[in-house]
Order: sequence, then structure tokens, then C-alpha cells
Amino acid sequence: MTATTVTLKIDGLEVTVPEGTTILKAAKDNGIIIPTLCNLEGLSPYGGCRLCLVEISGSPKLFPACITPVSSGMEVTTQSERLTEYRKMAVQMLLAERTHICSVCVANDHCELQSLANQLGVDHVLFERNWTRLEIDSSHDFLVIDRNRCILCTRCLRVCDEIEGVHTLDLKLRGKDAQVIMDLDEHWGNSCSCTSCRKCAKVCPVGAIYIEGEPVSHTKHKDIAEFITERRQRKWKQ
Amino acid sequence: MSKDDSRRVMLEKVMKDHGYQESALLEILHKAQEIYGYLDKELLMDISGSLNLPPSHVFGVATFYSFFKLKRPGQHIVTGCMGTACYVKGADEIMQAVEREYNIKRGESTPDGKLSLLVTRCIGACAMAPTIIVDDEVIAKATKEIVLQKIKQVLGGT
Repeated sequence: MTATTVTLKIDGLEVTVPEGTTILKAAKDNGIIIPTLCNLEGLSPYGGCRLCLVEISGSPKLFPACITPVSSGMEVTTQSERLTEYRKMAVQMLLAERTHICSVCVANDHCELQSLANQLGVDHVLFERNWTRLEIDSSHDFLVIDRNRCILCTRCLRVCDEIEGVHTLDLKLRGKDAQVIMDLDEHWGNSCSCTSCRKCAKVCPVGAIYIEGEPVSHTKHKDIAEFITERRQRKWKQ
Repeated sequence: MSKDDSRRVMLEKVMKDHGYQESALLEILHKAQEIYGYLDKELLMDISGSLNLPPSHVFGVATFYSFFKLKRPGQHIVTGCMGTACYVKGADEIMQAVEREYNIKRGESTPDGKLSLLVTRCIGACAMAPTIIVDDEVIAKATKEIVLQKIKQVLGGT
């Protein structure tokens, strides 16, 4: 049995991938890197951060590569002036939405948002910042959440639900007011379902969830979801 | 919340009618609010257990929609329309005046439980903007003075 394959062009490079593959995966497997933030290998795609937007010829719209499946004959552009503009804007909006001050952040130098901003050349934010003052919850023995640094990528929610399997974390409210909650909006220390597995801190791209007293560089381990998924399928290759 | 509470029986029937399906969460929350008047944490926990859903998910859904109330509403309810027309016509200033007068914020109730201040998106009466609803009465082309007077009147009437 052979799986049906699809041939398409990404940045002029002809690639052949199995049907149903996302543009992001097809590009990655062929050495083309598309910037991402909310996407994480091993977790379900979310399509929230809009950094992986790509152009598909024949359509004026931009498509999020992480949730758009490939189709035959597609011509994808992953780098263009227009895309860089949009990506820069997306990063600026993320920075403006809450309170992001790198110099006082635990994740300084180990932050995916910060490094993306650097890569894209975002040296200032054109939008008025919200400077939120949301609650910092340090009631847990060692896990801390600072919601002011949260970019609502939902990686923590997905790893909690899909990998750890307890679904302690979810989002409450909506839009700019959305916040990560534990159970029925309890303090973390009072959460009865949290197993203290630390995976949320490991996958958090910014300094929103971290472990008290532990350097973020030590905590962060974003490949954990992919690693566990593979081990569950009894794949032992490093 | 005891199991033989008549309201609990009604809720159980609603959930049973929906076959305790996860996908019926929204309908069940609707009915639960109809039965209890608001959704407190105990009730949400009960529903999450019955539908076999994570509590955080149920809480997330209940807070996503402004229709659901998580706190017991006051005896009297003042709702300000924050639709575009009412907003530009000064509904926000009226709301601020009410907030100052009764020392509460939007979405809160006074400590004595007499008055709740809520906001809503467009009530569809833009021609009469700004509109403020006091209990069940819509005050058209409202002003601070009229609204505060009206609130005083309904509060005095209890």
C-alpha cells in the first residue's frame, strides 16, 4: 500500500509529501523554516498566533501554514515583504496586548517572542500598549503563572490536555480579557486536578509559566510534547 | 445542593434529555441559568461531573459568553447598552455616574444585593440611543439625571 502523495512548490522548490500534511510540516521536512509561536510538534495545531502566514498563488488571502493542508499544484511563498510586514505587526500586537518588559522577565534571552521580534527586526511597537496588571499566581509549591506575560498561545492548555491528560488548564473570558485558569478559576495551589508535572512551564514560549527558583533556560524544553508522543508510540530513536 | 432539591431534579432531567452529551454543554448551561438564575461554581462543578467534562473547560465556556451570570444578580438590575450608537451618544458616561453613585463597577452588585450593574452589546434600539435598562424598563435617550433618578425610585420601592 502506498500513501497518496501530493506535489507542490514551496518557495520555488518542488516537494512531494503525503496527502493531508500541513504546509508547515511540508516546508519543515524540506528545510524551509516558517516562523511559528503557538504551534508545537506533538500537540494539535491551534492557528492562533498568525506568524506562520504564507501566500498561496491564486489567492489574495494569507493562509496559516500550521493548519492549512497541502494540495496538488499549490505554489506557496513563505518569505515576502508583505509577509514580513504582517509578521512584524503580529509580534507588535502580541507585545502591546499585555505587559512585556524583557529586562525584568525571567525568560529574558530564552523567550520565543523575544527572539522572533529580534529576527523580524521589531525594534519598537507602533500600537499603544495595554500595560495590564493581571494577577500573578504563585500559590503553587513551585509553579508560577504571570498572566501579564501570557500571549495566549494555548500551548500549556494543549500539553495539559493532550499529553498529561488532566486538562487542569483552560481559558476564561475572551479577547483581550482571556486568561489561563486552573480548574474553576482556582488558585494554582488549590487546584485538585493539577499533577504538578511541569509540562506547561516546559512548553511556555515566554516567561508566563515558570518554576520558582529554577533558571528558565533549565526549565524550557519545548520538544517534550513530541518526545513523549513518540515514546508512547514506542519509538526510541533519539 | 442536595440531590433531592427540586431545581436539581429539573436540571437532571435537562441533562438526561440531552443524553449527558458533552456537545450539549451550551444548552445545558442555558437551562441551568434559567432554573437557578445564575451559575455558581458548585453548579458548574456539578455539570462538569455529569457531562464528564473538565471543570476548567466548563468554566471557560460559561465565561466566554456574556449571557451567563456567575454571580447572584441583585434584586434590581441596571443594564447599560454599550453598542456603538449608545456608546458614542454617551452611555459610558452614564454608566460611570452610576458606578460612582453606588460605588460598584460594571458586572458587580452592591454588597447588600439590591443593585447589579451590567453591560450589554446593542439591544437593537439605536435610534433611541443612549439606552439604559432599569429592571425591565428601557430608558430611551437617557441622561445621568434621569437614570440616577429612576434607580433611586426602584430602590426606594422595595
